[in-house]
Amino acid sequence: MALPDPKTLDLKVGFEIHQQLGTQSKLFCNCSCKEAEQYDKAFMRRLRPTQSELGAYDPAAMFEFSKMRASEYHAASGTSCLVEADEEPPHEVNGEALDTALVFSLALHSKIMDEIHVMRKIVIDGSNTSGFQRTMLVAMGGHLDVAGKKVGVQSICLEEDASKVLGEGDGTRKYGLDRLGVPLVEIALEPVTGRPEEIMQVALTLGRLLRASKRVARGLGSIRQDVNVSVMGGAVVEVKGVQQLDQLVKVIEHETARQHGLVVISEKLREKGVDENSVGDRIDDATDVVGRSQSKVVKKIMSGPRPVFRAIRVRGFAGMLGFEPYPGIRLGKELGELVRFYDLGGVFHSDELPNYGISQEEVDAVKKKLELKEKDAFVIVGGPEDRVAYATDAIVRRLKAALAGVPAETRAATLDGRTVFSRPRPGAARMYPETDIPTIPVTSEKLESLAASVPRPWDEVVDGIASKYGLNKKLASQIFDSDYLQVFEGIAGSTKVQPTFVASKLTEDVTSLQRQGGDPSLLFDDMIMDVFQRLDAGAIAKESVALIFEKLMKKEAATVDEAIRALGVSSISDDELSAALDKVIADNMAVVREKGMGALSMLMGRSMAVLRGKADGQKINAMLKDKLGKLSK
Amino acid sequence: MESGGYRGAGLKILSKYGVSVGDTVRVMTGDGEMSGVIMPRYESASEDYIVIKLKSGYNTGVEVSKVRSLEKLAGPAKAATADVQAPAQKPGLPKIALISTGGTIASKIDYRTGGVRAALSASELYASVPELAGIASVDPEVLMSEYSENLKPEHWTAIAEKVAEKVKLDRYDGIVVSHGTDTMHYTAAALSFALQGLPVPVVLVGAQRSSDRPSSDAALNLIGATTFAAKAPVAGVFVAMHSGTSDDAVAVHVGTRVRKNHTSRRDAFESIDVTPVALVKEGKAEMQSSGIELAQRGRGKLDAKTKFDSRVMLLKYHPGFDPDLIEHAAKAGYKAIILEGTGLGHVSKDCFSALKKAVGAGVMVCMASQCIWGRVSMTVYDTGRDLLDIGVIPLSDMISETATAKAMWALANAGDPKKAMQENMAGEISSAIPL
Repeated sequence: MALPDPKTLDLKVGFEIHQQLGTQSKLFCNCSCKEAEQYDKAFMRRLRPTQSELGAYDPAAMFEFSKMRASEYHAASGTSCLVEADEEPPHEVNGEALDTALVFSLALHSKIMDEIHVMRKIVIDGSNTSGFQRTMLVAMGGHLDVAGKKVGVQSICLEEDASKVLGEGDGTRKYGLDRLGVPLVEIALEPVTGRPEEIMQVALTLGRLLRASKRVARGLGSIRQDVNVSVMGGAVVEVKGVQQLDQLVKVIEHETARQHGLVVISEKLREKGVDENSVGDRIDDATDVVGRSQSKVVKKIMSGPRPVFRAIRVRGFAGMLGFEPYPGIRLGKELGELVRFYDLGGVFHSDELPNYGISQEEVDAVKKKLELKEKDAFVIVGGPEDRVAYATDAIVRRLKAALAGVPAETRAATLDGRTVFSRPRPGAARMYPETDIPTIPVTSEKLESLAASVPRPWDEVVDGIASKYGLNKKLASQIFDSDYLQVFEGIAGSTKVQPTFVASKLTEDVTSLQRQGGDPSLLFDDMIMDVFQRLDAGAIAKESVALIFEKLMKKEAATVDEAIRALGVSSISDDELSAALDKVIADNMAVVREKGMGALSMLMGRSMAVLRGKADGQKINAMLKDKLGKLSK
Repeated sequence: MESGGYRGAGLKILSKYGVSVGDTVRVMTGDGEMSGVIMPRYESASEDYIVIKLKSGYNTGVEVSKVRSLEKLAGPAKAATADVQAPAQKPGLPKIALISTGGTIASKIDYRTGGVRAALSASELYASVPELAGIASVDPEVLMSEYSENLKPEHWTAIAEKVAEKVKLDRYDGIVVSHGTDTMHYTAAALSFALQGLPVPVVLVGAQRSSDRPSSDAALNLIGATTFAAKAPVAGVFVAMHSGTSDDAVAVHVGTRVRKNHTSRRDAFESIDVTPVALVKEGKAEMQSSGIELAQRGRGKLDAKTKFDSRVMLLKYHPGFDPDLIEHAAKAGYKAIILEGTGLGHVSKDCFSALKKAVGAGVMVCMASQCIWGRVSMTVYDTGRDLLDIGVIPLSDMISETATAKAMWALANAGDPKKAMQENMAGEISSAIPL
């Protein structure tokens, strides 16, 4: 089945951007926002839902609690303190971070709250030591100008980042505290319609506006996009972890197909006269029937702790669990993703059996047990008893939701642009006030004082860079979009090196080295500055710059000095150069005698082979010409 | 109308439009409109704003002067109550009485108002901390609801009497007292003297992170306290709190030898000069050699003397200390002064004259050390010997907060308070401090 035009599907995509700020310190303490190089302390905690959270029946929270998963936190001094360890109340909100959020709000013409309240958003997966993320609503409404069109802004929030996952094992998840508390601005845009490429332009424009403020962190992971996708006015699906814009196009395409596929499935189900009462009206223990199977999956479950298999009757669903309106889109697959959330792998349904080592005989036994009629289907789920109980409940809820089409949920983007279920969407009941921090009034004097910091539109900023440094517009936009604008401006302002040369090295050369497998995150601003200062002082030649970058980005050198030593590119004196060229001429005397000045290009090639990076090419050329001229006479 | 913390301009505008806390409203301001639920306002915050909870869950303040109109859309929604099935009580478990005095160790929060109230019934308690149902059969009772900084010796009396009442029922294997942490060590010391000869453990427990947070230490502390109260082979008054920053062990301290040594950490409570008597880990109470001789469970007969005389002053000496303070204390009717001296138990010689007058006037003057750890030794230097000559009573290795509670108890109950102060009654004085 070919996917209908997104317009007829009423495809709507909303962005939620999380931009890390470039502040010196964290949002609620004075620790540095830098990543820890190594951790020196560790401790263990277990979070539990607070009672009203239990009352609000959040299945995810209940399940996390049922697993009683422990979290192991690793801390490094300088990057975290008692505040991140949840051993000290938060300090007051970082003024620099709040100013930045206000500046962004002004830039997006958003209505700033009269008084800002810090809230606690319950998150008990362990990523926050407190069990909640602190967040505050700064502004609502407003718009972003994208290629002449206005895209609405829903809200602008200032919040703390979560801990960094370091690993998992033995029922414990390991986290680093260095990232916990780093300030983020979350900007949610109104859903828009359009082709994925147009939608991509929205994210790009917003990202550029934020970077134009020069108040944000740069580099990989400093901006994260969540995408909310809905079709035909259905429930909103939030997709987390879209890192790259080209990935986004695929994610939108995948979600469009998946959501429309689910709508098609729901229509078919309704045609068949299936209703909510058809799902899970009978759930039997099937351990006796399935547990004896020779299936590898079953055997593995049976050798685990407290194994059970439960069979769920789903009346009228025969053929619908395996039905694929689009390739890879089927209810059976949705169930597979769902049970993985409960750390289970064993889920089978009647449309795909016999298979996976489960025999026709065993299938018939389950059908008999559940008293299945021809049009009925079943789902079997197996694993440790307590998890199976949660998963059974979740499967029944999911299949009931299939009647309505698309369930509201949070999904994670995969690197290849698909999405997988990650958790049900949390509701507003998960928010309550952070009573440790007083409310913050926003005065008109404050907003007036920030007016000058509001970033200009991207085009204007790029034009400004182009004219200030004599760059063409393409190079100016490239350096702006790169991670090196700040260091570029530093070099251009403090050395005599041609800005065009600096910009092209930092864009074209770095990108090309990256394509060859170099890692730009190994190239730090202070190293870049060092290289250009050496060039300015004549200590290295222009040709050496890219070679040094290559050594650093490919981890063949840890410092600029090491790279220069490894390359042997320290500049040589005029006398040394002259002697080296004399040697090249002597070695090729036969050709020189024969061709005279005509030997220049050959000699140039030979000389560059020995002297690349040690002396400037033009200088070599001039000196060779001079020597040849003298010889010819 | 319920004011919900509103005063001044905020209260006036709510009254004007007939709107109360909990109502869903639409607010029109010069900048536009927004809808949400009116939330309570903290008493200390500015009066010029009203607080609205938006549909997204965020609270935001709206400046009263910008409000053009306020329209009530709906009355208060029913508070979402926690209808969670408590786990079934296992039969044949030890019986524990849980006396609540304040703090929020086992509490329910109303997200609509942000208010917190104590969990009142056993089922609420088990719903909040389900593990308890597998450890003991717990009878909760709310005795009072006070922040511990507001507790007075009268409250100690009330708590001691309630504990004595429960012990006399001879029905409980142990008593757990939930308590705010700020003065929990004073109450622990007070109960240690008021309730001598206890046949069962009485365990005070609190939380450094309130129980409305997923990261609260309340549940683990409560599990630790209940496990120890139900199973430990010893009797007496104890404090059970986190042993370290991790959620893996609860340390049980002797009631007279414990102190809150940190403003905010989970492991703020530490045994002074001794090791904790037990560590509760993975459901088991592992007894440790603490250096304090403990009464065995079931041996004692309760001797409850629950009165306290609060005319005791705890006075910390410091450079520049004004000796007149001592004279003022005597004139103001104080019966005892616990001096927190420097080092081995010293105050400046400038204080000698005032101390002589106070002792002469019948005030009991005792010496503890502000070093917290270690024993006063007043025969080492001249100053100490001079203070002994004046009649200052050295308190050995008794910590000053314990000494304060003990002096209040001794003045009300002991025939010879001075003698009582120097005798070990509840582990407050030890013969040997381990290295």
